[in-house]
Amino acid sequence: MGIYLPIAEISVNVFVLLAMGAAVGFLSGMFGVGGGFLITPLLIFYNIPPAIAVATGANQVIASSVSGVLSHMKRGTLDFKLGGVLLAGGIIGSTGGIYVFAFLRRLGQLDLFISLLYVVLLGTVGGLMLVESVNALRATRSGAAPVLKKSGQHNWIHRLPLKMRFRASKLFVSVIPVLGLGAGIGFLSSIMGVGGGFIMVPALIYLLKVPTNVVIGTSLFQIIFTSAYTTLVHATTNQTVDVVLAFLLMAGGVAGAQYGAKAGQRLRGEQLRALLALLVLAVAIRLAIDLFVTPPNLYSLSAAGLN
Amino acid sequence: MRAPNVFATAIFLSLLAAAAPAKAQTPLTEGIQIGLSTDNVSITAGFSGADLTIFGSLENPDPLVARQGRYDVIVVLEGPPKPVVVRRKDRVLGVWVNLDSETFENVPVSYSVATTRPLQDITEPNSYKQLSLGASNLYMQPADAGDSPATIEEFTAALRERKSATGLYSENVGGVQFLSQNLFRATVRLAPNVPVGTHKARAFLFKSGLFIKESSAQLEIRKSGFEQSIFRVAHNYSFLYGVFAISLAMLTGWLGRLIFRRD
Repeated sequence: MGIYLPIAEISVNVFVLLAMGAAVGFLSGMFGVGGGFLITPLLIFYNIPPAIAVATGANQVIASSVSGVLSHMKRGTLDFKLGGVLLAGGIIGSTGGIYVFAFLRRLGQLDLFISLLYVVLLGTVGGLMLVESVNALRATRSGAAPVLKKSGQHNWIHRLPLKMRFRASKLFVSVIPVLGLGAGIGFLSSIMGVGGGFIMVPALIYLLKVPTNVVIGTSLFQIIFTSAYTTLVHATTNQTVDVVLAFLLMAGGVAGAQYGAKAGQRLRGEQLRALLALLVLAVAIRLAIDLFVTPPNLYSLSAAGLN
Repeated sequence: MRAPNVFATAIFLSLLAAAAPAKAQTPLTEGIQIGLSTDNVSITAGFSGADLTIFGSLENPDPLVARQGRYDVIVVLEGPPKPVVVRRKDRVLGVWVNLDSETFENVPVSYSVATTRPLQDITEPNSYKQLSLGASNLYMQPADAGDSPATIEEFTAALRERKSATGLYSENVGGVQFLSQNLFRATVRLAPNVPVGTHKARAFLFKSGLFIKESSAQLEIRKSGFEQSIFRVAHNYSFLYGVFAISLAMLTGWLGRLIFRRD
């Protein structure tokens, strides 16, 4: 069944979008990520203009994050104070990102920049995760107990000034890296249409040493607000949010997420991370190929005076 | 859902020619008329392109010339003029990057032509140039006239090529048919991505390869329906639209959790 997307101004198949939403929702429930990093490239592969894919992706991320946060609130695995500080940084980063977005769009370099960011970030994160999870899998096979870093260990981040206490996370840390991390994620959110969970989660665990059980809930909590802000700003400055598209993706996504979470409980952590790493790398490689392959049309048209 | 909508836009002209005295020694000059029964067309969301039929008539045709088929008519439906940027991708360190660009002023967004015969059989290339008739003869005015002519030429060609590849510039040879000595019917193509706005329908009359007369009419193409309302709200009330998009997402997330919860 075809449906016309009012903002993207193309006709698409409803079931393809619902299935896309459900598949990504399933994966995001399984791995505990928002899924924006998969949705946006998938939309681009499906010929949705990148500017609209990004803004709509941000909108879609809100739904899956709300769904996830509700279950974490019930379990009490959410640090509102830490989330609040991350959010403050997120708003700053997102605002900057929107300006860069509009600027690149005017230059005609937006599509390239989005693809490059995806390739670099997904390639790096996917690669690191794959190495880490394969090592963990090897370690468990050879019978050695996995070496976990103790939460008491300190690095340079813990020597920064302006310390603040986050009780739910059992953390006493400077606000500078927290704000910085929030701002970085906010920037990516507005340019890439992602919630940023796939960067936020490892950063909170490895850099700030936040206990793993609080990380996902807190990250999702701040992603709701950063993505909401990003959506609002994209809607007002670029008019690139397509609610029809977003709604189809969300509808599939929220259903898929709950089943994915269930399926995820049956897999072991390292296996799960290795699978996610492979998936992330596959998306990165697919996007990279598009950058290097000679495009079918060297020339493109766009309306002049577009902001 | 994507069935082509066909709108027949009819015009009925008082066929003055019939009343004209045929016995007059000096033949009256020929004229051409087109008119549209409606001055606006609404296309719906599922629009996947259509044919637009325009009727028109010749005034005072010479019966002999008409019998020999030496009258030719070209009908053009021209979309609203808009500035457009043409960009060219080039390889930088192996990656394809938009590098050079050229901006053109007042490029018709769409340009559909219907003719009685192939363009090269109707008249000389020069008269097309003078009339600025036909997609390949449209004058594209570069915003920066200081660029080298070779560059401008290259980007103009690319602009035309892209426009016809996306169906916005089209040519329908044989799309104009004479129904009688006076009456003709022209079928122009509306691309699925036909732009909204004021379109101009123009008819050109040629007699034995000579341009005789031109006539034009205006047509408003509008999008209608639910999707168009969304588009309007997104542009006119963008803040409220954003708030709505966020609320919808939050509600969907919450409902999704209620309906599908598995823990």
